[in-house]
Amino acid sequence: MATQRKAVALISGGLDSLLAAKVMLEQGIHVEGINFYTGFCVEGHTHAIRKKDKAKPKRNNALWSAEQLGIKLHIIDVIEEYKDVLINPKHGYGQNMNPCLDCKVFMVGKAKEWADENGFDFIITGEVIGQRPMSQRKETMPVISRESGADDRLLRPLCAQNLPETLPEKEGWVNRDELYGFSGRTRKPQMALAEKFGFVDYAQPAGGCCFLTDKAYSVKLTDLWASRGKKEYEIDDIMLLKVGRHFRPKPHFKLIVAREEGENNFLQGYRKQFITLRTMSHKGPLTLLDGTIEDDDLELAAKIVARFSQGRDADTVDVEVAELGEVIKNISVKPFAVDEIQEAWRV
Amino acid sequence: MIELDARRLMCPMPVIKTQDAIKTMVSGDNLRVTCTDPGVMQDIPAWCRINGHTVLKIEEIDHEFILTIEVGND
Repeated sequence: MATQRKAVALISGGLDSLLAAKVMLEQGIHVEGINFYTGFCVEGHTHAIRKKDKAKPKRNNALWSAEQLGIKLHIIDVIEEYKDVLINPKHGYGQNMNPCLDCKVFMVGKAKEWADENGFDFIITGEVIGQRPMSQRKETMPVISRESGADDRLLRPLCAQNLPETLPEKEGWVNRDELYGFSGRTRKPQMALAEKFGFVDYAQPAGGCCFLTDKAYSVKLTDLWASRGKKEYEIDDIMLLKVGRHFRPKPHFKLIVAREEGENNFLQGYRKQFITLRTMSHKGPLTLLDGTIEDDDLELAAKIVARFSQGRDADTVDVEVAELGEVIKNISVKPFAVDEIQEAWRV
Repeated sequence: MIELDARRLMCPMPVIKTQDAIKTMVSGDNLRVTCTDPGVMQDIPAWCRINGHTVLKIEEIDHEFILTIEVGND
């Protein structure tokens, strides 16, 4: 009896990786999934922050995909290692701060390491030639194979017929004729294949799975680095970029103003790490002050915070200022009028 | 019973911490994970189902979510 070959599949939670794994299972390959958590993944914690999103299902699509496929899923924390990918991308950024090609090289490389450590024969991805403008082009496919170190042990079942034969095909572990030759941005072939396999409820195609492809998020990240004078971040920094309205009225500090109750609750968890401002005379948002304060900065910050409270039209609003969870000052300010909040302050 | 504190972590970090803790345990051991992200109510049971572990109990006490897991065979 022939040895059952083993493949590790990069599972993002999207349709393509779901289908790629299914194509391998259909060929009798033992498949296990792997999913990397960079800190920028849209999947996961961001569902839990905003109250308005609480009615939406909070399922993690990578876990859901694995369950549909009946395979194990290994979720790997790569937050620390990913910093170098984002800060020093060899192939540069895409339209926003997305280092998609370097990211793919990194993830396939990590999957290869995992495969080597766990006795797996090859790696599969749901990549399709022409699907993504930066990382999924005919020219980039060999770059990913080569630079990740996976070489011909990287198989893309959905577009393999458009690419040179890989080791699993040469060795007869998989039948090339039963792989696919998808290309381009159209999703119709994937949708037809999903229907063939009986997948009716899958993550919506073409949705980005990474905050770094988002323009507004990328602007906030660029501002963070510019304010610090160097490219560096911790996990709390990148989580806070996902939350609230951000204002930088002075180069040395930024305000993060909660937009609703869920964000208020989330920011509460940071009270002991930041200066916080809270309106006391009127209902209002919790605000974090990230940076340092000088002279009249607190009054300026309080006027902005008051603008977003229910006292925005009042003559004065009382604002409590706390540092690392301890109250340091109470001030009364006249809230800024809408036109006093400069557009240039908005991040 | 092994205790795992996953408070203040947002998904998928509690899942990853659970996965890493279970790697050090053997079949039949119990793990109790305490979390604050309600996303764990879906994600940890889903992870357990696909990886062969059993969620014995789910409790919600004072805005904390506590899951008791029995480690499976594999």
